[in-house]
Amino acid sequence: MIIDHPLLGPRDSSEFTYMGDAALIDRPDPEAEDAAQAFYEYAYLRDNPAGWHRELWFHEAGDRSWLVVTRNTLTHEISKVELARDVARSRGRSR
Amino acid sequence: MSVGSRTQKNRLSGGQIDRDTALTFTFDGKRYCGHGGDTLASALLANGVRLMGRSFKYHRPRGPLSAGSEEPNALVQLRSGARQEPNTRATTAELFDGLQARSQNRLGSLSCDLLAVNDRLSTFLTAGFYYKTFMWPKAFWERVYEPVIRRAAGLGSLSLSEDPDVYDKGFLHCDLLVIGAGPAGLMAALTAARSGANVILADEDFRMGGRLNAETLTIDDSPGADWAAATVAELAAMPNVRLMPRTTVIGAFDHGIYGAVERVSDHLTVPHPDKPRQILWRIYTQRTVLAAGAIERPIAFPNNDRPGIMTASALRTYANRYGVAVDRRAVVFTNNDDGHRTATDLHAKGITVTVVDVRPETPRALDYEVLAGAQVTDTMGRLGLTFAKLRLADGSDRIIECGALGVSGGWNPNLHLTCHHRGRPQWNARLAAFVPDIRPDSRPDSRPGGLPEGMFVAGAANGDFSTAAALEGGARAAWAALDLGGARPEIPQAEDRPVNLLPFWHVKGPGRAWLDQQNDVTVKDVTLSHQEGFTSVEHLKRYTTLGMATDQGKTANLGGLAIMAELAGKSIPEVGTTMFRPPYTPVAIGALGGRHRGQQFHPKRLTPSHAWAEEQGAVFVEVGNWLRAQWFPRVGETTWRDSVDREVLATRGSVGVCDVTTLGKVDVQGADAAEFLNRIYCNGFAKLPVGRTRYGLMLREDGIALDDGTAARLAEDHFVVTTTTANALPVYRHMEFVRQCLLPDMDVQLISTTEAWAQFAVAGPKARRVLEKIVDQDISNAAFPFMACANVTVCGGLRARLFRISFSGELAYEIAVPTAYGDALIRRIMEAGAEFAITPYGTEALGVMRIEKGHAAGNELNGTTTALTLGMERMVSTKKDSIGAVLSRREGLNDPDGLRQVGIRPLDPSAHLPAGAHLMARTGPVDAAHDQGYVTSACYSPTLGHHIALAFLKNGTNRLGETLRLVSPLTGVDLAVEVCSPHFVDPEGDRLRA
Amino acid sequence: MHDLTPTPALGYEAQTIGTVTITENSGVALASVAARTGHSDTCTAELTSLLGAAPRVGRAVLHDPEAGFWMGPDQWMIGAPMATHEDLADQLKARFGTAASITEQSGAWVVFDVTGDAMPDMCELLCNVAIRRMTAGDVQRTVIHQLGCFVIRRASDDHIRILGPRASAGTLHHALITAAKSIA
Repeated sequence: MIIDHPLLGPRDSSEFTYMGDAALIDRPDPEAEDAAQAFYEYAYLRDNPAGWHRELWFHEAGDRSWLVVTRNTLTHEISKVELARDVARSRGRSR
Repeated sequence: MSVGSRTQKNRLSGGQIDRDTALTFTFDGKRYCGHGGDTLASALLANGVRLMGRSFKYHRPRGPLSAGSEEPNALVQLRSGARQEPNTRATTAELFDGLQARSQNRLGSLSCDLLAVNDRLSTFLTAGFYYKTFMWPKAFWERVYEPVIRRAAGLGSLSLSEDPDVYDKGFLHCDLLVIGAGPAGLMAALTAARSGANVILADEDFRMGGRLNAETLTIDDSPGADWAAATVAELAAMPNVRLMPRTTVIGAFDHGIYGAVERVSDHLTVPHPDKPRQILWRIYTQRTVLAAGAIERPIAFPNNDRPGIMTASALRTYANRYGVAVDRRAVVFTNNDDGHRTATDLHAKGITVTVVDVRPETPRALDYEVLAGAQVTDTMGRLGLTFAKLRLADGSDRIIECGALGVSGGWNPNLHLTCHHRGRPQWNARLAAFVPDIRPDSRPDSRPGGLPEGMFVAGAANGDFSTAAALEGGARAAWAALDLGGARPEIPQAEDRPVNLLPFWHVKGPGRAWLDQQNDVTVKDVTLSHQEGFTSVEHLKRYTTLGMATDQGKTANLGGLAIMAELAGKSIPEVGTTMFRPPYTPVAIGALGGRHRGQQFHPKRLTPSHAWAEEQGAVFVEVGNWLRAQWFPRVGETTWRDSVDREVLATRGSVGVCDVTTLGKVDVQGADAAEFLNRIYCNGFAKLPVGRTRYGLMLREDGIALDDGTAARLAEDHFVVTTTTANALPVYRHMEFVRQCLLPDMDVQLISTTEAWAQFAVAGPKARRVLEKIVDQDISNAAFPFMACANVTVCGGLRARLFRISFSGELAYEIAVPTAYGDALIRRIMEAGAEFAITPYGTEALGVMRIEKGHAAGNELNGTTTALTLGMERMVSTKKDSIGAVLSRREGLNDPDGLRQVGIRPLDPSAHLPAGAHLMARTGPVDAAHDQGYVTSACYSPTLGHHIALAFLKNGTNRLGETLRLVSPLTGVDLAVEVCSPHFVDPEGDRLRA
Repeated sequence: MHDLTPTPALGYEAQTIGTVTITENSGVALASVAARTGHSDTCTAELTSLLGAAPRVGRAVLHDPEAGFWMGPDQWMIGAPMATHEDLADQLKARFGTAASITEQSGAWVVFDVTGDAMPDMCELLCNVAIRRMTAGDVQRTVIHQLGCFVIRRASDDHIRILGPRASAGTLHHALITAAKSIA
């Protein structure tokens, strides 16, 4: 597969390490009342869709960026690639 | 009279062979002569050899069915010794001088194969015979049936020697990849190349031109083969074109990546020792034109598998391209006009031809006999065709003497690569063939299907069978693929005959009619499996093995489908088609491995002291990719234990030194560096003073231990984190995940510095005395206490880092210098330590000392361990958030009866404790239900004089002093052991702080 | 002045195979520069004053005596002659202050210069970079024989510089030599 890196352009997926569901960015609030349940769901209950999926890929043999890749698991079509850091900020992870 | 032609009794005039080059070769030990440009099959046929192999199951005599890579029958072993290569298609093996070829799958000689008795037993060896026959007794399968079947039903054999050749892998990038160099491919490449695009043209043949080399047709009034040669020459002269003959594109992978195998040296007698035999290329392309041509398909009729019976186009190829008559008397059995083209070409070469056409209306021929509405109903000839039996239109039989029988059932587009992204071939009734699924709307909602992205199909691969349509299609495909503007390219003039075909799949009648010659699958087998309920194509394939093995049914699949359709009373497209997957033709394992074999399988990582350690005679061990000194044997030491015990005692008694460069090191800097470490370690780091080091435990988010190490605070905003050797990369990746994905606005920067610093542990009561001679600063206990760290200088000013940390439990330091100085520093440390008899120690002594001290390592951090298991539960801070903190508090991970790390010592001091053995109650059953825990690490402690072990024991912290059984039923161990503290040596830590 | 002698990663002589010459270059001092949060502009300015320009994504600034290339977002590698810049990291720390995190990298890398007409053919057997599309100053981090490496296209048409992990210098050198022999 080819991942169109937002900074570096098209790069072979063999340069990347895969980590799965980008929902891992949404780490629950450890102070919340239901933190135990939320962390349980965060750590164990992840979707495995046949179709569009937002995934984390690490450009290990490249610029060491974590990316969020929107990929169709049936066709391997990739519709969007973002820097995970930008996604994290947009999801409110800034301090 | 050309050289070597005397023995080539079936050699004709003409063809694209080099008659001035005589190549001698052997087949089954007998010498023959051929020419440059021959394949093994064409050369053997020229010499009158039609019999080239025995069939897989029935050991029927077989000759080539084709003149290409679709060949199911003529599989031979090439070369000898370590270069012996089984299952090579004689029809594509390029002839070279000295080639040694042998037939395979026979017992005795090829002409008198003792296993031909299987043919007589064919009644029993029908579809599914494995599943039905070899059921009982069960024990017979491994001892009797399997070895016998393997001997009888197999293909070639391996040499069992190491492959002496080398293989490369490589990467190519282009704007347009053209697959196939026939008329469509050449025209596509030419159109693209003239526009300035970077073009790769790949063809599996050693001679580009495709069918043009095998036909007598003309392009723009010159012979097609000449046009092809001129076009190839024009392309070769262009700097933006890479011609890749002898290159098979084996698969279409995602996003414009293609795999291709280039046979660089297979046509050489012996490959150059430094050059690859083959290269596995990964081709990155924007667009692809698939112009892979088509494969002629046979018609099934009784005894249609005798040597001399082949596709009609193969007869034509042998005659036109290679100047070979398979026999001087030939019959062509056809259901379409293309069979007549074969007859015309053979007749022009002086071969006597009779055409048997199933159609009542056929083209007329003036020069040879055409039997309309006739069929071939049987053949004769023990080791090769001698007679064909015909049923004529009027119902009468006729026997005709012939040594060659060409069969044409129509052509199947070579659409394999169009299916690699789950494209579903579409049925074309006019051609009675599947064509590529090129519908633009075939991927609604991104469902799988359709052509691979960026692929265009041209020529016969697209079902456009005339030469004019191929040329036009090739140009159009390149035009569309590259979105070229301007004037359309000029298309040369060529024949544009329509396909006239009457679908006809098999001749009815008694006797076995082969569909898949490689797997010996007959019409009867398909009928039988249908009767037994295998009505799906995929089931049929697996039950009968139709379409399996090296040829993947390229000539067989459609025939099988047609029979199924007939039996089910359905149309062929209703029955379906099997899918094609990569690779298009078999790929040698060596090509897939490339240079990654033997010593080069993994990269080697050498420590900065490697050269020095080699001088000391160190024994090395692979740790990850690192080679670390395991121990340093001395004269007189007979076992590894002698060396390791000495190294431990010398270190604990005086001083030792060990290269610890391999531990992962991550440079953590930034205003928020301390807060960042607070988040990734379960214990606190915010308050760690500058100049101090702290042990840290990292958890995974699920609360399980991920890794441990130290973090040294060199400045307010600068830490050096160490990881275990094995986890250096995953821990760095995890830290970047936390930094970028969870804490994106923290001011923290990470970079791995594992290899930037050479780091040595100097341990033992005399460690300070040694380092005082090397470090330029004051390192007294007061100035540089336990867990201190600092940037220092050594040997008069070289920048260095000093950490007072200890894995061994002794007074110890780790000292780091830039890697280039590592070799010099270890030698200097040895000089400085000479007066204390400083002893280099390896990973084994390191391991013994950490077990003696009760430090967890990889054996303990096994993916199930928590801080509580390790006795570190008080480290998990409840005052701050850190990765894994929340889930580490889960009930299940805090079971009071859960596993805890303890020490184990045998009651019998001479007993040996094996790692992996399980702990059981002193009395009671020994089984999984009563398991109390297990030993994680064990060693002989030279310090204590007996074996010791670390173990995980249920509720272990509260069971010190208890006696248990240590059992390993597999290795016969059953010992009484006592539970003790895991800190065997210096539990109070006095030595560390000395 | 200290009295320790540095050792090169390999210390092999330059080797010419066919038209390709492979040379170990042990004379390069290296240090990485990573901008602290909110200091990208300061870093860009400092890099411009040091190199003449701040290296853009995927690019190097080939400059003397210091040169630099982009490693990752807000991160660069600076190289300079070892003979004059052994303390490169300290020099950079003095220059960037708290605007950047500086890390010494000299010991981490082995540097090979590969020159010659057939260099692109050799690269095609080594790594997945579109070598024929690279122009002077292009940099790509890639994998050579499982090793993470930087490939830098130098000013001369037939010259690339490869930075690979020093501990695996022997493996990388072997890969370069076998590739050179394959295409010779």
